[in-house]
This record gives sequence, structure tokens and C-alpha cells, in this order.
Amino acid sequence: MIRIENLSKSFTLHNQGGTVIPVMAGAALTVRPGECVGLIGPSGSGKSTLMRMVWGNYLAAGGSLRVGALDVATASPREIIALRRDTLGYVSQFLRVVPRVPTLDVVAEPLLALGTPTPEARERAAHLLHRLNIPERLWSLSPTTFSGGEQQRVNIARGFAHPYPALLLDEPTASLDAANRSVVLDLIHEAKGWGAAILGIFHDEGARGAVCDRLVDVTGFTPGLAA
Amino acid sequence: MTLHPRDSSEFSQKTRGPDQPLLKVEGLTKRYGPRIGCADVTFDLWPGEVLGIVGESGSGKSTLLSCLAGHLRPDLGRLTYDGRDVLAMGETERRRLGRTDWAYVHQNPRDGLRMGVSAGGNVGERLMAIGARHYGEIRGKAQDWLGRVEIAADRIDDRPSAFSGGMQQRLQIARNLVTAPRLVFMDEPTGGLDVSVQARLLDLLRSLVRDLGLSVIIVTHDLAVVRLLAHRLMVMKSGRVVEQGLTDQVLDDPQHAYTQLLVASVLQV
Repeated sequence: MIRIENLSKSFTLHNQGGTVIPVMAGAALTVRPGECVGLIGPSGSGKSTLMRMVWGNYLAAGGSLRVGALDVATASPREIIALRRDTLGYVSQFLRVVPRVPTLDVVAEPLLALGTPTPEARERAAHLLHRLNIPERLWSLSPTTFSGGEQQRVNIARGFAHPYPALLLDEPTASLDAANRSVVLDLIHEAKGWGAAILGIFHDEGARGAVCDRLVDVTGFTPGLAA
Repeated sequence: MTLHPRDSSEFSQKTRGPDQPLLKVEGLTKRYGPRIGCADVTFDLWPGEVLGIVGESGSGKSTLLSCLAGHLRPDLGRLTYDGRDVLAMGETERRRLGRTDWAYVHQNPRDGLRMGVSAGGNVGERLMAIGARHYGEIRGKAQDWLGRVEIAADRIDDRPSAFSGGMQQRLQIARNLVTAPRLVFMDEPTGGLDVSVQARLLDLLRSLVRDLGLSVIIVTHDLAVVRLLAHRLMVMKSGRVVEQGLTDQVLDDPQHAYTQLLVASVLQV
């Protein structure tokens, strides 16, 4: 479902004399449907960079990056927009929402974007918020006022609202208590059950061990170190 | 803010398959004497897509918007709307397009509203301009749209001069959307509004895009607004497009020196 081949990335800092910083070379991995692959490597080794390239908010310098039939490395913005709507989900570490929008609608939004009728989308959103222990009295409020852990759970609910065939998870269990952590692990298992190909970053070794089928060390993709 | 697209049928019958761009812009150029307004602008806009145009004042973004909306005549280039050559159209045909398929939301609501006419009249007038004559229906539709932009029904007979700036802006949006346009041009629609009012407008615009399949071209200097609203982003400097792409890609991994400077200069987006 996700197939990365010979992917490279560099940053050009035009306002610092045009310095070019190569950050990745020869990256390669595959994630099959129903499989969860964990990215490992020390901080700054390029785990998040790789995730962002799959998501399409970082441009690839070379190589290919297929999600389903689409090569994200060369896709048009319009194709990536459609990919994100239908195929590829992303639970990032940050919740970015329009202020004032109720939590229930924030979670339901990916479904509404797919044309799901509002009552059905809200029902699914309510189900997920309930499972993630967000008290019902908060559902009508904007998550911008929530605690970090609550915002993260809203972000997770939103990311799992639609059964995406491919899913990116950036530290989904960080800053969660044991009960909520186990709910998230259940959600990941369920997603694998429906055949989702999952690429994730988990610093939490217990979580990593519980859901990941394989690990890929991104230090192998660091320029200069790569063969 | 919740929306009730009860009349979504009126929109869908106008919507065609998304197999061709709604608006095709090729090499659009406008000069003011020796000075460049905008130069060689090329892009496609698809149904249901929001395109953000950012750049500092004087970068040509407003000139470009005026050329696209037919307020200014470009010197060079092609403009194709729904398969029709806009620049080859006669004045009458282009004006009809402006009343039916297109809408223009001004930065200052006073430029887009008739200040001496009631709120209901402001909305109803657009309907009458496209041939609506039944008073009850016009008033009903006006009321419906005032409700959608959260203006209380008992304000329908008040003049916009009695409204706050945020309410005026919402009224301007209702006036523009009542005729079910397919393409909306917006010039800094949230500029000069309180942050809370701005959030409300952003939510309204997002729902309208999602529920009615609107295409929007929004000019702003606010990167946080485009991050939340625009699918795609175009960065202008000195009349030229220096970079365009997926909004979060342009903001998170800017390629052009000017965009890098622009993004780095903002506190947080």
C-alpha cells in the first residue's frame, strides 16, 4: 500500500546564503495492507521528515513514494488533496482547527468531506470520542481550550473517523494515561484488521512492541551513511 | 456555526463533473503604464477548490483578483471559465456571469453592500437582478440566508449601517451567496475583524465550500487564514507568482527565497 524507493530530500536555505542541507538519501520501505511499520532512530534522524514526505507537505528531491496508485513525490496538489480525503489519514502531534468549531464537528469533518450524511458522521464521531474518554459535556466546545492530552485524543478520534486504507501516526500514545493508551492501541489493531497500512513513530517502546510488525531504522537513510 | 444547505439541489444542478477546471488562467498580465500589476499568471481552479493568494501589499494580488473577476481588463493572457473565453465575452454577457455564477466579497463590506437598503433588501436585490419577482419567495430566501450567516430574523428590516463590522461582512457573504454562485472571489474577507468574528467567518466559509461545492479564490496576507481555508496556495511578489502548491507544503517546506522569508517572519501559523 505504501512503497518508498530511493527517496531523497534536501533543504535549501535561501536566506542563509543558499545553503543546501541534504537530510535523506536512498530511503526505501514498504508497508503492506494490514501491516504496521514503526520508524525508529534518534531524534533528528529524519523520522518526521519521512512522514511529512508521505503526507505531501514536504517535497521529495528524488525517488518515488507510492501510496496506493499515486506517486506522492510527483503528484499534483489536486491529486494529493483527493488522496488525503479518501485514502491517507494522518494523526499528527498537533491539532490544527478553526477556532470555535465544536469538538464533535472537528472529529466528524473527515467524514463530512467524504459526503457522509451529517447524522451518521456525528454518530461515528460521538462513538470515538466516547471510547477515548472525552466527556460528552465537552463535545460542543472547541478543542482549542482543551488540555494537551485531550487535544491529542480529539486528534486521534479525527484520524480514525474514516477507515483510511493508509494511516500515518506520529506519536499517537505520547502523553496519554494507561487507559487511553490502551484504547489507542485497540484502535490501531482494529485499523490493521480492516486492512490499513500503517506507518508510525512510537517512542513508547511498549506501544511499539504491541502494534508494530516491523521496525525500520531511518539512520540508514542519512546521507553519507547510506551505502 | 452550523449550516443547513436545505437548497443544495439548486447548487448541484449547476455543478458539472469535475473533469475540467472551472477556471483556467493562462499568462495573465496587467500593466499600469511601465509598472507591472501582475505578470504571466497561470493556474487552474477546480470545482470545490479554495485557492489562497498571499503576498505583501503591492505584490499584485489584488490586481490579479480584479482581472480575474472582470473589474480590470488584463493586457495579455487567457481566461477560460467553464469552457468559455471570458475576455472575448461582451460586456452584457460578462455582467450576467457576475450576477449569476460569480460573486465578489470585498474587504470592506461597505463596498459590497448598499448601505441605505435593509439587510433583507440587500440579499433580495441580488435575486431580483437575476429575475426573481415573487416578493414572498424573495423574502423567504433572504431570511433563510440571514439565518445561515447567523443574523437574527428580527434584523431583516434594519439597514447594514446599524450592524457591527462582523455582521456587515456576514451580510455581504449572504448577499453574494444567495444566487448560488459557483465561483467566489474574496479580497481579505477577514481583515479588520475581531479574532472571534474571524473564526466564525472561517468556519462559515469552510462549511459552504464543503456543502455547496463552491470554488473560492481568496486574497489575504494572513497565513493562518490560508492554512485553515485554502487547499492550494499561490505566493506573489512584485506582480509575479514565485511559488504555488499544496497549502501546507508551501508553508511547511517553502522552496522560494521570498516564501521562506514570509513564513519565517510570522510568529506562528
